[in-house]
Amino acid sequence: MVFRPKKKETAYKPSDTSAVRRQRARYSIRLWSVRRARLFEAVYNALADVFLKLHPLWNAIGYRRVERPVMVVEKAVKSFLFDCRMCGQCALSDTGMSCPMNCPKQLRNGPCGGVRANGNCEVEPDMPCVWVQAWQGSQRMRADGNILKVQKPVDQSLRNSSAWLRVTAQKAAEREAASETAQ
Amino acid sequence: MNADAYEDYSIVPEGHSSRGRLERILRRGEFAITAELNPPDSADPNEVYERGGVFDGWVDGINATDGSGANCHMSSVGICALLTRVGYAPIMQISCRDRNRIAIQGDVLGAAAMGVSNILCLTGDGVQAGDQPGAKPVFDFDCMSLLETIRTMRDEGRFLSGRKITEPPKVFLGAAINPFAPPYDFRPLRLKKKIEAGAQFVQSQYCYDVPMLREYMKRVCDMGLHEKCYILVGVGPMASAKTARWIRTNVPGVHIPDNIIARLEGAENQKEEGKRLCIDLMQEIHEIEGVSGIHVMAYRQEEFVAEIVHESGVLKDRRPWKRELNPGDAAAIEFAEREAEKLAAADT
Repeated sequence: MVFRPKKKETAYKPSDTSAVRRQRARYSIRLWSVRRARLFEAVYNALADVFLKLHPLWNAIGYRRVERPVMVVEKAVKSFLFDCRMCGQCALSDTGMSCPMNCPKQLRNGPCGGVRANGNCEVEPDMPCVWVQAWQGSQRMRADGNILKVQKPVDQSLRNSSAWLRVTAQKAAEREAASETAQ
Repeated sequence: MNADAYEDYSIVPEGHSSRGRLERILRRGEFAITAELNPPDSADPNEVYERGGVFDGWVDGINATDGSGANCHMSSVGICALLTRVGYAPIMQISCRDRNRIAIQGDVLGAAAMGVSNILCLTGDGVQAGDQPGAKPVFDFDCMSLLETIRTMRDEGRFLSGRKITEPPKVFLGAAINPFAPPYDFRPLRLKKKIEAGAQFVQSQYCYDVPMLREYMKRVCDMGLHEKCYILVGVGPMASAKTARWIRTNVPGVHIPDNIIARLEGAENQKEEGKRLCIDLMQEIHEIEGVSGIHVMAYRQEEFVAEIVHESGVLKDRRPWKRELNPGDAAAIEFAEREAEKLAAADT
């Protein structure tokens, strides 16, 4: 059997709830968002188009200067809807609108083998598994095959940066490269 | 006669990715057996040799666990280094829980240099499961990105950063599957993803539900995945119905149906019935299409592995590699035995 060290009994026992649970008590909004994965997919695609159209503006002001305000808005919106952890390399549209950074193991490529029979997390018994949710969410989305993409390991140096701006700048660069080769 | 004795393990055969014995056996189409070694809580190398010795001649690969269940034991690199010294074929498990990308890539090179030919890439149990729940969970990689990274190191001779490796690690890459945990319909797709990331063989979680495995294997075979990857199904004897209940509630990801527990409970000798159950499961699994082998996890019952494998008969008349003493040692032992016999004869 497993050896468990005894902890001293005191009046204040923070270990009654786990660290993850203490940090974030609500899962309801996150689950609501996953149920509307198809809607959020459309919203995000529209937003990404607007951002791309604004690329000349971002460029004129300077990406570095707009980063701060955009990041603040992005963080507020995504934290409210998806419990976003600002990893800076958003994978929501590939993971059924269920943020993989909320997985206690921060898995970005699918559920581990420890998912409970009721679909809850191995580490947080009362939290629905992020990846069970992701699979359900992805089935509701138009791009339902995105969940099969193999995600690269998280680049920790991008933490607390704007994924929206990064994607916009990348797309703009791709578009320019494509138009150059066409000429 | 052991055909294995004539194999040249210093070369990588055409089309293989490692020098190892496990890969040769699987590619030859033989039904393979692997077993899990219970790592010692000790710094004594002899404990590792003894624990490896009980599988001698019965298994094609020995899994060296990496802090399984988030409990601290001798490291998998250490165990593998010791096992390769005496010629065993260890499967080094790497879990993403304890080390970041810098440490893991270094360990892969070190292990390959020590003669490790098989690496199993795991996510790892959460730290809450073990004896040190206050530890910092690392999870820098997940099993998928770990597979992809080691494959890049092997096939392209580059680290994740792109820096060149002068001699790439020649390893046979493995991963884990658990067909018995939700979301069930995503599980075969996850195997597909693992194969795309580099998995060449997979070992499954404990299987106690054969109908469920059949369903999973059917989908896997329909997708043609069993042709791209060798699938080894995990089994293990259970000491009693009480243990089975404890495992079911306390070990993440193990699914044990009620009828199995009822069967154990109804038996007079539960330990014997546990072994019998394991043998029955092995024979049933052996018949399923697409299964290339069996992985025996006999935690704290390692001494029964030989008996279980023998009685199941899944190896037919093949005998896996056995550690043979070199001629000098053999002569010395023979001499000592003769002397002992003489002494015993003189006593009577």
